[in-house]
Amino acid sequence: MVGERAISKALKFYVPLGLYLLFLLFPFYWMVNTVFKSDKEMYNLELNPFYIHSPTLENIVHLFTRTIFLKWMANTFFVAILSTLMALGASLLAAYAIQRLRFRTSQPTGVAIFLSYLIPQTILFIPLAHVIFQLKLWDSLWALVLTYPTFLVPFCTWLLMGYFKSIPKEMEECAMIDGASRVRIFRSIILPLCLPGILSAGIFCFTLSWNEYIYALAFISDTSSKTVPIGLVTELVRGDVYHWGPLMAGALCASVPVALVYSFFVEHYVAGMTGALKE
Amino acid sequence: MAEVRLQSVCKRFEEVVAVKDFNLFIQDKEFVVLVGPSGCGKTTTLRMIAGLEEITSGEIFIGQTLVNRVPARDRNIAMVFQNYALYPHMTVYQNMAFGLEMRKTPKEEIRRRVQEAADILGIGELLQRKPKQLSGGQRQRVALGRAIVRKPQVFLFDEPLSNLDAKLRVQTRLELKKLHSRLSTTAVYVTHDQVEAMTMGDRIVVMKDGLIQQVGSPLELYNFPANTFVAGFLGSPSMNFFEAALKREGSAVSVCKGSLRIDLPPEKAGFLEGYKQETVIVGVRPEDLKPVQEHLPGRTLQALVEVVEPIGNETYVDVEAGGVSLIAGVGRNVQVRPGEKLILMPALERINLFDTQSQRALGLHHS
Repeated sequence: MVGERAISKALKFYVPLGLYLLFLLFPFYWMVNTVFKSDKEMYNLELNPFYIHSPTLENIVHLFTRTIFLKWMANTFFVAILSTLMALGASLLAAYAIQRLRFRTSQPTGVAIFLSYLIPQTILFIPLAHVIFQLKLWDSLWALVLTYPTFLVPFCTWLLMGYFKSIPKEMEECAMIDGASRVRIFRSIILPLCLPGILSAGIFCFTLSWNEYIYALAFISDTSSKTVPIGLVTELVRGDVYHWGPLMAGALCASVPVALVYSFFVEHYVAGMTGALKE
Repeated sequence: MAEVRLQSVCKRFEEVVAVKDFNLFIQDKEFVVLVGPSGCGKTTTLRMIAGLEEITSGEIFIGQTLVNRVPARDRNIAMVFQNYALYPHMTVYQNMAFGLEMRKTPKEEIRRRVQEAADILGIGELLQRKPKQLSGGQRQRVALGRAIVRKPQVFLFDEPLSNLDAKLRVQTRLELKKLHSRLSTTAVYVTHDQVEAMTMGDRIVVMKDGLIQQVGSPLELYNFPANTFVAGFLGSPSMNFFEAALKREGSAVSVCKGSLRIDLPPEKAGFLEGYKQETVIVGVRPEDLKPVQEHLPGRTLQALVEVVEPIGNETYVDVEAGGVSLIAGVGRNVQVRPGEKLILMPALERINLFDTQSQRALGLHHS
C-alpha cells in the first residue's frame, strides 16, 4: 500500500518535475560543457559531445584577453542599474497615484500605460532611433538608459498597482488621521510594506535591461560602448564563423549576476509576484 | 474633548445619495452609537467626521471649529478601524508612537504616554512584538491604544468588535465602556449590531437608506420606536408586526385580525384620535406575550405552537394565532411542544401602533 503510494507519487510528481528540470537546465549544461572544451574537441564528431574529455580554460582566456568583455559587463551594469532605478522611481509614483489618488482619469491612465506595453519593441525602436538621434545620444549608453524605461515602466507600474491594491486602504487612512502627510505615508508605510513588490519589479527590470538586444543593437555601434549581449554576438560571430567557446564563456559569465540577484531575493520575488501582504 | 455638530450633512457618490440631511448634536463626553443595516450610511457619516470623506453639502463642527475643509490630520481625532489597520512592519510600540511622532512630541513624553496606555489596556508586555505575533483581541487593544495615546478630542470607532469572536466581543464591549467612562472623551461608534448599540451608547442614532430614523437613549428607542423599522431593528427576536382592522364602539377601540381580537386600553385608544385609516399595524415584542391559563376574549390570543426554541434563559415559541405568525418569549419554565395550544396575553400597555401607510408610530411624541 505504502509502496504503491510512493510509486504513484513518483510518477505523478517527481518524474514530470525531473523532465521539466532536464528541459530547463539542458541549455545551461550545454553552455558549461562548451566553455571548457577546446575547438578541436568540439568539432571532433567521434567524441561523445555530452562529456568533456580534456577540460581547458582557453575559451575564457580568449574572452577576457582578446575582447573587451569586462568593459561590456561594466556598460551592461551601468545601463541595467540606472534604467532599473529610473523605471522603479517612475512606476512607484505612477502606480501609487493610479491606485490610491483616484483622480478622474486614473483608470484610463492605467489602461493606457498597459496598452503602451503591448507595442512591440521591433516597432518602437524606429521612432525612438529618431528621438535618440535628435538628442545627440547616438552611440552613448544614455541612449539605452533613457529608452529601456519605455518597456520597463508599464510592466512595473502594473505589477506595483496590484501590490498597492493588496495594502488595506485603512492603513493609510489611519496614518492620515495620525497626522502623516501623503509623502510621509508613502515613505513610512507604503514603501516598507511594498518592499517585496519593489524588489520583484526591480529584479524584473534588471533582468530585462541586462538581456535587452534590439535597442542596444540599433543605437550602439561603437565597440567600447556595447553591452554584453550585443558585444558577444557582434564581436564573436564573424560572418558565418561562430567562436562557440568564447561565446558560451561570455554567456556563462553574463548570466552569473542575474542568477545571483535571483538567488538572493527569490523569496521576496515570489511574494512580490503573488502580491500577497500578510499582516 | 469636544462636542460634534453635524448640520444638514449630505453625501453623494455620483448618482447614489449615501447620507441625506443628517442633523445631530453630540455633546462633549457623550458616547453616541450610529446603528443600521449595511449601506445605511453610518460608516460614511463617521468617515465624514474623520475627514476621510468629503461632504457634499452641510457643515460639521468639532468643538467650535467648522471642519469641512480641515484635513483629517488636523482634526485631532482618533479612529479605530474594523480591521485594526495596524502597521505590520512596525512593533506595537512603534504603532502606538507613530501618531505622537508625527506631532513632534518629545521622545520621553512619547515613551511615558505609550507606557501609560499600554498599562491601561494590559498590553505592556507586547510592546516589542509585531502585529502578526498578536491574537485578534490583542491587535484590537493595540488599535485602541494607538487611539488613546494621542488624547484626541473625539474617538471614532468603525465596527471595532466585528472581527472578534462572540465571547471576546462581549468582554471587549464592557472594557470599551469602562475605558470611555475613565477617559471621558466624546465617542462616535458605528455598528450594525443592535445589542452592541443598546449596551454601549448613551444615545443611539438609528439609520436607514442614509436617513436618521430616530435618535434617543437605548431604552427610549426600545420602548417607543418612532417607526416599524426602528421597532423591528432593535430587539432580538424582532418585534411581531401584523396589520389589523380597527373596530370602534363608542370610545372603545379593538384591533382585529381573523379570529384574533385585542381590546386596546383607553390610553392606546387615545393615540388613534384623528387617525383616519381603517387598519393599523400592531407591534408586540416577543417578551410582552406571556402564557396564561384562561382565555379572555379581547384580552388574550389563542395560539397553536409551531416551533419551540429554547435558548437557556428564555424559551421562544413560534405560534400561529388567527392567521398571524408570532414569536413569544414564554419563559424558560414553560414546557410546550409543537402542535399544542397556548393562550397568550399581550402586555397591553406596551403594545405599539403604527400608521399603515407611513409606518410611523401613532401617539408618539418622542423624536
